[in-house]
Amino acid sequence: MLSIITGVLYTAGVYLLLRRSLVKLILGIIFLSNATNLLIFISAGMTEGKPAFVAKEGAEQTGQMADPLPQALVLTAIVIGFGIVAFTLALNYKYHKQTGTYDLDQVKETDKV
Amino acid sequence: MITALPILIPLMVVILLLMVGRKVYWLKLIGISGAFLLFLASLLIFYTVRQEGILVSQAGGWPAPYGITLVIDLLSALMLLISSFTAFLVGVYALKGIDEKRHRFRFFLFFHTLMMGVGGAFIAGDIFNMYVWFEVMVMSSFVLITLGSEKQQLEGGIKYVTMNLMGSFLFLAGIGLIYGKTGTLNLADLSMTVRESDQTFLMNSSFILFFMGFGIKAAIFPFFFWLPSSYHTPPVTITALFAALLTKVGVYGMIRFFTLYITDINPFWQNLLLVLAALTMVIGVLTAASQYDIRRILSFHIISQIGYMIMGLGFYSAFALAAALFFMMHNILAKTGAFLVGGLIQEKTGSFQLKSIGGLFKEHPWLGLFFFLPAMALAGVPPLSGFFGKFFLIKGGFEGQHFLTTAIAIWVSIVTMFSMIKIWNEAYWKPAPKDLHQPASHPLRLKRTMIVPVAVLGFSTLLFGLSAGWFMEVLQEAAQVLKQPELYIEAVLKPV
Repeated sequence: MLSIITGVLYTAGVYLLLRRSLVKLILGIIFLSNATNLLIFISAGMTEGKPAFVAKEGAEQTGQMADPLPQALVLTAIVIGFGIVAFTLALNYKYHKQTGTYDLDQVKETDKV
Repeated sequence: MITALPILIPLMVVILLLMVGRKVYWLKLIGISGAFLLFLASLLIFYTVRQEGILVSQAGGWPAPYGITLVIDLLSALMLLISSFTAFLVGVYALKGIDEKRHRFRFFLFFHTLMMGVGGAFIAGDIFNMYVWFEVMVMSSFVLITLGSEKQQLEGGIKYVTMNLMGSFLFLAGIGLIYGKTGTLNLADLSMTVRESDQTFLMNSSFILFFMGFGIKAAIFPFFFWLPSSYHTPPVTITALFAALLTKVGVYGMIRFFTLYITDINPFWQNLLLVLAALTMVIGVLTAASQYDIRRILSFHIISQIGYMIMGLGFYSAFALAAALFFMMHNILAKTGAFLVGGLIQEKTGSFQLKSIGGLFKEHPWLGLFFFLPAMALAGVPPLSGFFGKFFLIKGGFEGQHFLTTAIAIWVSIVTMFSMIKIWNEAYWKPAPKDLHQPASHPLRLKRTMIVPVAVLGFSTLLFGLSAGWFMEVLQEAAQVLKQPELYIEAVLKPV
């Protein structure tokens, strides 16, 4: 189920990246970043319903535990993704203020010879 | 302790810079002394690594495959040294080269977060840590490229941000997959796992994702389009800093990964690297030849020179690797120098367009010399550093019998020469255009803090070339370590 969601997120993200609107581009970036987070989570293998706790020293570990590392990775990646979204939104705002357009077809000034 | 200095020093500087608020004088003072301190620390690290071999420290006291490991081998130490040296000089140039408004918006703060990311990426001992430092670096470069919010900058920023984020996501996806397959992220541990496994083909999906991630950051063909459309938009000081550091970190990542994981380089990866290297060189240099803006010519040349480094990696002999490293260091010095001279030209004449400037040699012969040194080093004229870089690479190519790629490299070098001579002719020898009006706001005397870094960079390419023998010995040592990952693995995984 999660794998399908990841696939859909990737597809939608790439599609949105290819659209002409700057806002859709940012949405695409958000989708891709979340798809990647899910991908880490899935590929590391999930353990259902078990917390990622290690037993105290001396005490016996009871039952299976979830792998804490992918959770830590995803957490870090989410935080970074947050920063990225904040920055791109600010960029979007500034760009719109300067040029009054969201149209990415106008963004070709810097490529002129 | 000493291992963490490349991260700790910029971090401390950033904290100090946040405390002084927007007082430009203090921002400049702290920023530049921090950069100098970082350079001293890198010297110390380089010296220690030469004496004691690979430095390893385990953050938080957790042993290697579990905790966060910081590793400095000779390659990392050299990269730290050269990048902090260049960054310090760019910092000196920035004192006057960046306007007050950008200083008040804390140029130096982002300068140091960038240095923190770069340093961290060089010394990180596990993949995820490396990703995080990459992000630190890339985020600060996002801010730097759009600092000042001019229309051009925002536009270049959009392209730059989007492409680099794509690279980060691919890299991160590769990390996720590799963790799923091997259960470890530590570079050394992972290398051992890959070595002992007989199903290495399972790794290819992750490796190709890494390759694309690093490739986008290093601006190799066909991922390079973000570079020339954004590098010429911010003030030239920032461009010089980017040209010195960002793409090179991508190349560093590629070298690190390929030497650790692709043990007996198989034809697929080697051919991929060589073909892409050749295409990167040719396309970069040809597009550069058609440009008339100094910064854009130099930006396209970054791409073609990244091709040389990837080519050295593709040859994959110890000598060729050392040659690629030599070329990378030469390129950091020469490219930064060339960009900063471009900045001086603009300061003098008010333009980067070759068509609207000229006659500089008559007016300022010294400026001509400072441009001549890095530009000819880039083109590869003896005894400047570029000649030896290319010579070693070509020698490595012939020894490995890759005649076609090597021939292309030689041809590209000639076209590079053409572009450099074009800038030289247009800006220096051509009589100044009649309708050129000197804007009154541009002072006739250039600031000393802007000339000195340029001069130092120019002469260091000369020195680098003259002492090529010694550097090559050190670099071959570094390449030996790269070719024998066992040393790296042992150093990291040995019980404390």
